Amino acid sequence: MKKKNQTSHTNRYILLGLSVFCALMMVLSSFSEQAAGPFKVLANITVIPLQQGINHVGGWLGDMKDNFSTMQQLRAENEDLQAQIDALTTENNYLQEERYEYERLQELYQLDQNYAEYEKTAAHVIGKEPGNWFSTFTIDKGSKDGIAVDMNVLAGSGLVGIVTEVGPTWAKVRSIIDDSTNVSGMVLSTSDTCIVSGDLSLMSSGQIAFEQMENNDNVVSVGDQIVTSYISDKYLQGILIGSVSEINVDSNNLTRSGYIIPAVDFKNIQEVLVITTTKAELTGEDESGD
Amino acid sequence: MKAVKIRRIVVTAVVVLVAYLLQCTIFTSLEIAGIKPNLMLIVTASFGFMRGPREGMLVGFASGMLIDVQYGDMIGFYALIYLVAGYVNGLFEQIYFDEDIKLPLFLIAGSDVVYGLAVYFLTFLLRSDFDFLYYLNRIVVPEAIYTIAITLIIYPLLLFINHKLEAEEKRSASKFV
Repeated sequence: MKKKNQTSHTNRYILLGLSVFCALMMVLSSFSEQAAGPFKVLANITVIPLQQGINHVGGWLGDMKDNFSTMQQLRAENEDLQAQIDALTTENNYLQEERYEYERLQELYQLDQNYAEYEKTAAHVIGKEPGNWFSTFTIDKGSKDGIAVDMNVLAGSGLVGIVTEVGPTWAKVRSIIDDSTNVSGMVLSTSDTCIVSGDLSLMSSGQIAFEQMENNDNVVSVGDQIVTSYISDKYLQGILIGSVSEINVDSNNLTRSGYIIPAVDFKNIQEVLVITTTKAELTGEDESGD
Repeated sequence: MKAVKIRRIVVTAVVVLVAYLLQCTIFTSLEIAGIKPNLMLIVTASFGFMRGPREGMLVGFASGMLIDVQYGDMIGFYALIYLVAGYVNGLFEQIYFDEDIKLPLFLIAGSDVVYGLAVYFLTFLLRSDFDFLYYLNRIVVPEAIYTIAITLIIYPLLLFINHKLEAEEKRSASKFV
């Protein structure tokens, strides 16, 4: 009996000790990034390689499955694609002509900043946040590949999120549908700015909310594209966020708010593109001057 | 004697690691309506009531730490929740026996609901998001139900591993005597 009492006492001490340790770490890590350092190194040598391995196996299985698609399907697809090539060639010629004209005009106006040509690097998604409350994920490139905190992440043509943490071979990305994310957006056609914020309660309907858009004479209608705005200090300008699916005038009659359907399908993101320039670099702000 | 102990530690560590990897990679494709089951909690709770508070605590602490390091905003947040979950489940070791599946199911469901509530209160409520019923219906309860369904598959596996290890320990203990 005595022995049993003793073990339950030790257990309580262990519980208390570890709890205090957790609390301490929470306080420490909310003050400085350094506190998590040793643990990150540990994760780096244990978990990340394994996650990358599983990802490879998954990709390989996916390829195998694709190989089994029938010949006929491929032929039909080939024909379709041929037709598409023809159509695109014609279109391309037309666009080439337009491009020359555009270049000429650009020279005239001396537009030197072309936002479409950020340098990007591709990365695979290797793991997602284990719980159901937030949506962050890890990618298989880190500081060794030149990734740094605050770099913007795209998939296809749309904004996915922003890098919030970096390890040597991995980086953590917080997506724009995460409940704690706010992005400064802008309507492409009218340049009205708004705040786009992720919302857990909208996640299942595949939408994100926007608010604080000035209620002026500019007509913003359903289907208008929302891009990242010029006033954001983290997000580069002109990246597509999504298109407006609903817009209402707020009861104060000063602002408008509504919902956006994101340009990216967040349910299955496998590959992402990371823009290797941050807004701070681009605007020439001193990085230490936070 | 020593070898058996080391073996248990290694096997437990591997189980935790595998559970974590599955949770982050494969379980994300098991999502139904945006909800995925909580495998880490199944493992933590199971080790708790199968092996007592101490092992429950350590397993919980380790799994929580893994989540914190890669996905948490602060180190120690999930570690603390899982730590307490492991300890509390460990207290039920005395009324637990192998053949009974009702108690494990009940405990894991309970843990998952409490876990969901804890995350809501500590993160969402503190950001003054008061839509409690919505989150309860949308995330906490579905997650608990889904987790129970997965428990029916995972728990027998954990029980089998534990049986193997215990048999080994008994054999070496009798050899020692």
